[in-house]
Amino acid sequence: MTERHDVILVGAGHNGLVCAHYLAKAGRKVLILDSGDNPGGAAATHEFAPGYSVSSCAQWLYQLHPQVRRDLELEKHGLELAAKDIASVLLDAAGQHLTVLGADVRGDQISAGDIAAYRAFHERTGKYAKLLAKVFAARPPKLVESNFTDRLSLIRLGLGLKMLGRDDMRDLMRIVLINIYDLMEENFDSPQLKALLSLDSVQGSHMGPRTPNTVFGYLYRRVGEVFGYQGVAQVKGGMGALGEAMAAAVRAQGVDIRLGARVNSIDMIGDRAGGVTLASGEHFTAELVVSNADPLTTLAGLVGYRNMETGMARRISQIRCRGAAARLHLALDGLPNFTGLNGQQLGQRLLIAPDMNYIERAFNAVKYSEISKAPVMDISIPTVHDPQCAPSGKHVLSATVQFAPFEPAGGWEAHRAGFTERLLNLLAEYAPGIREQVVASELLTPADLQRDYGMTGGHWHHGELSLDQVMMMRPFPGATQYASGIDGLYLCGAGAHPGGGVMGLAGRNAAREILRRGAVA
Amino acid sequence: MNAKSDQTMMLRTPFHSRVATACELNDWGSWKGYTTPRAYTDVELEYFAIRNAAGVFDLSPMNKYRIAGPDAQAYLNRLVTRDVSKVRVGRVGYTVWCNDAGQVMDDGTIFHLGENDYRICAYARAVDWLHWSALGFDVEIVDESDEVAALAVQGPTSCAALLAMGLEGLEQLKPFGLTSFPFEGETLMVSRTGFTGDLGYELWIAAHKAEALWDRLFEAGKPYLIKPFGSDALELARIETGFLQAGVDFLPAESAVRSGRSRSPFELGLAWLVALDKPVFNGRKALLREQAEGSRYRFAILDVEGNKPAHNAFILKGGNKVGTVTSAAWCPTAKSNIAFAQIEMPHGAVGEQLVAEVYYQRELHWTRVLAPCTVIDAPVFNPPRRRATPPGPF
Repeated sequence: MTERHDVILVGAGHNGLVCAHYLAKAGRKVLILDSGDNPGGAAATHEFAPGYSVSSCAQWLYQLHPQVRRDLELEKHGLELAAKDIASVLLDAAGQHLTVLGADVRGDQISAGDIAAYRAFHERTGKYAKLLAKVFAARPPKLVESNFTDRLSLIRLGLGLKMLGRDDMRDLMRIVLINIYDLMEENFDSPQLKALLSLDSVQGSHMGPRTPNTVFGYLYRRVGEVFGYQGVAQVKGGMGALGEAMAAAVRAQGVDIRLGARVNSIDMIGDRAGGVTLASGEHFTAELVVSNADPLTTLAGLVGYRNMETGMARRISQIRCRGAAARLHLALDGLPNFTGLNGQQLGQRLLIAPDMNYIERAFNAVKYSEISKAPVMDISIPTVHDPQCAPSGKHVLSATVQFAPFEPAGGWEAHRAGFTERLLNLLAEYAPGIREQVVASELLTPADLQRDYGMTGGHWHHGELSLDQVMMMRPFPGATQYASGIDGLYLCGAGAHPGGGVMGLAGRNAAREILRRGAVA
Repeated sequence: MNAKSDQTMMLRTPFHSRVATACELNDWGSWKGYTTPRAYTDVELEYFAIRNAAGVFDLSPMNKYRIAGPDAQAYLNRLVTRDVSKVRVGRVGYTVWCNDAGQVMDDGTIFHLGENDYRICAYARAVDWLHWSALGFDVEIVDESDEVAALAVQGPTSCAALLAMGLEGLEQLKPFGLTSFPFEGETLMVSRTGFTGDLGYELWIAAHKAEALWDRLFEAGKPYLIKPFGSDALELARIETGFLQAGVDFLPAESAVRSGRSRSPFELGLAWLVALDKPVFNGRKALLREQAEGSRYRFAILDVEGNKPAHNAFILKGGNKVGTVTSAAWCPTAKSNIAFAQIEMPHGAVGEQLVAEVYYQRELHWTRVLAPCTVIDAPVFNPPRRRATPPGPF
């Protein structure tokens, strides 16, 4: 059976939904196909133990672009925040925690000098984030064959740099390529503050604080503030509720979303992508195929290297896309007792990363496909703000854990139980007695994330966010501005500019570019 | 230790002992790191052996890659510009291959040895590119350059000489055909191919049988005036018959450092090798664009007045430079002064009158000649005997 649509969109991840929304709004007939059972992709909620549900991948909302939120009328379609302006708390085993929210830092051990230094640092880097945010909201310019629009974007970028003023421009140029470790060392004394900001810089990446580009990783995260987020926010019902709200918004535009429909291949009609074939054998044809899947899955997997030229195949094969973050989900029969925190304070973003060297050592392991002996954790107890995620009086703890390799020696099954044990012991250092509260647990490794969410390497960003893989080099040189290098195929996911995180800009920018080019009538 | 570390800096071909004995002039050149004769005895005599009897050329330094496996044909079809599916088993096809920018990386021949079993014979080292190109294909790529020795036997008496050597039935082999014979426990592969534009064959043999092959060939070829020739004589013959030389008439694209110095197949007069109807092959997108937007250069064969080869000449039109010569020779058989030139578009159409600014030196005295020349439509040497099957009884 063959059905004709203007656009087939592979993947109902949040960027796919956003892209579909704008295309449909402009009158295009869009069909979304996704192998999963729920829309939203990595913005998902699942029940991991009877009565306990959790955000499966992304757990915090801190970058969703306000215009996307408005245009999709997400509140009207059911999006509700359980909490916002959530502070980050760097845990201390003795209870002397450090809390950061926006430009403010508090803690028993922080000096007045560091408080002032952080405020200044926050303000200055905030300006850089603002510049990035502008760049993120538009298609990246091409360097060669640049047309007027591209030249204008480059001029704007240059102008934006210039407008920073001499000192800030010089500072940005100086720090943007270096690592967060050095930057922290030159700005602060507090090991806790340095660790907290370093952790933000390496979240979801295959990098340690001493890896070049990590300052960029930090600025990337700070873009969320430009989009109106102070700290992080928590979606009511888990991130899956965001996926559902987006899906509802998209369906309201007449988009057809088919779940449980695994796309096996993107089919070439002559030298153009012109349709897809599902695992079920069903074919669909369309004028245009847009992929929300990551570039490797899309091009190496669904299109196939044979359908492209050697140079392009080679560049794709070299995309760095090694995930290093795992997810730990715990079902607890009561609220855990973190030393020095009580009640509502447990609803904050809790971080285990005592100092920068601790993070660096945790990272060292994955370089050799080993599992961190002492991992870092980014913890959420969603049931503090959103009790419905667990049976009455019970709680859920979810944590993003770094660093876990995609494939440890011997395979994950040999390590799963041991790693979970290690994480529980680590948690118990900060929350004595938590082990006894655990009624069920689940560990999702990068390999599991690849399997469940189709992310190559289990990488959040669909490709490392480093300066060689951003802007006009994202996802790879020669496939910029949402074109994939294959005629008739566009990319709209995190693998495209600006990158991952629940932001929605990749999807929005892709749709705008597709419409601008008149790629689909 | 490298297996060749006991040799001098220059590599030696499997025929070296025989070549060295025959190379009376001791005039050696370097070909891709191999020491090879520029001339054995006398360039003109060697040239006339090619045209009037049989000349033998050691082409072992050519790079030979075996491409085999279930996807071999699909792989090659993506790699090169030509439609490889049209090169049947037992046939050889000349082609070029491009990078993604549609710029020629090399030219060479594809030997279809068997079902999904090919050998590609190339001027430039290509192991890296061949392996990168194998992403997504089930093929095995083996560099056979050292294992396979090769001789070209070219000229009107070549077939007779090879028949005398015992290659029974060779006269039935058509141009670009491929056959094989048992040879001292090994297989001697023979293709009716060459770089001289005449009747001729290329012999492919396991390296350890190279010397035996040389000896048998020269023994049998004696009555047919067989003679080894070096690269200088080959140069005359290939220019006369219009063959491009990689590294001379174009720069292998991946070795060009400066942008704009490489050439597309269209710019080398090789559009006939480009099967744009294939849905994907390396360079296709760029070549489609070039077809739509126009090429920068045109390859032209120039018939230059006078007898001074237009080496390195500028080509002028109305006094302005519109091109340069890449290869030039006085061609003895055709009695023409021929030059290959890269002419800037829109110049260089067949029939166009241009001027070659030729400099030459006699006894330290430099002379400049402004030689009128004409763009001709075909190479000047293209005898019917090149194609006749069976070949005439020479």
